[in-house]
Amino acid sequence: MAMAETTVHVDSAGTSIAPPATAVPSTIVPLPGIPVVVAVLGGLVVAIATNKLWALDFFHVMGGALWTGIDLFVGLIIGPILRRMSVQARVEFSSRFMPKMLLLMPTLVIVTLASGFQLARQFGNLSSSAPLHPWIVASFVVVGVLTLIAIGVLEPANLAVLFELRKPRPNGELIGRLMRRFVMSAGIIGAAQVATLVIMTKLASG
Amino acid sequence: MSVPGEEQISSRPVPPVHVLTVASMALVVAGGIVMASHLPGRPPLGLPLVFLGAAGAMLVASVLALTRVGRFDWRTFRVVGGWAILAYAVIAGMLEYVFVLDGTRGAVLIVLSLMLLVFAVDIPIVLAFSVARFQQPERLL
Repeated sequence: MAMAETTVHVDSAGTSIAPPATAVPSTIVPLPGIPVVVAVLGGLVVAIATNKLWALDFFHVMGGALWTGIDLFVGLIIGPILRRMSVQARVEFSSRFMPKMLLLMPTLVIVTLASGFQLARQFGNLSSSAPLHPWIVASFVVVGVLTLIAIGVLEPANLAVLFELRKPRPNGELIGRLMRRFVMSAGIIGAAQVATLVIMTKLASG
Repeated sequence: MSVPGEEQISSRPVPPVHVLTVASMALVVAGGIVMASHLPGRPPLGLPLVFLGAAGAMLVASVLALTRVGRFDWRTFRVVGGWAILAYAVIAGMLEYVFVLDGTRGAVLIVLSLMLLVFAVDIPIVLAFSVARFQQPERLL
């Protein structure tokens, strides 16, 4: 998804836009991050294949902590700040922030889910007779809701903004509308992550 | 035919591709939760099959709606969809690998695999459509 560098300028109403100002990163997907993602996924495959408790724990705790922490931080800290910024400032922030999220979040999600499923299996919590099984099912439901909001609302808005920013004359009204959707869904995801924390701490403490 | 302006593009009516595909995702996620909550034992397949069938029907409806979209930036749709398929094929492959490694076999594996397939097709459609709908449509030849 390589694209030419473009410039963005938004008026205070956010409706009309004319050039110069911000340089948008040259690609939608930050290509230097791809080898890192490949390495992390490779490590995950090894951890699952060898079924080593420490490795699975590492991937689940690291991935889950980052996923939950980033969701909470974006939804409850960055989101409200972003809402109060000028459209121009939002655009400048988003054009640098969102491409990184595009690569980071799906990687954290798959690392956390795959290693977590294996851990639940190793600890016997997947079995429907296990005392903590209802908590596991609850975590499935929360993850399902998070997935739907993230992929159905947040990610499409994220991508649409990134593509809009690449136009010679981006539509400020559209970017503002999509950013509101992004910030709102990030807030909902952040709140849902609190439920994840409750469930995971319960599972960890038995 | 004149090329619409940016404001017209962002506000033009489009078929409910996004809603139908997200509904398909929701159904497949629900079916997946029912299945996963019974693993590693043998899950009952009745309810998951209902979810899978409904998800498949929604996906077909979404594709049909997509064919009626009219003037559209299919190039961007293909670019975004292609990258998304690549990314979610890796994710779906990873989940499939976990299921197989855990000894899931037979009808249960087939249903789970079909769910992953629907999910891995839903996501590129949602992402690609969400981007392409705001792009300047391709000119008619």
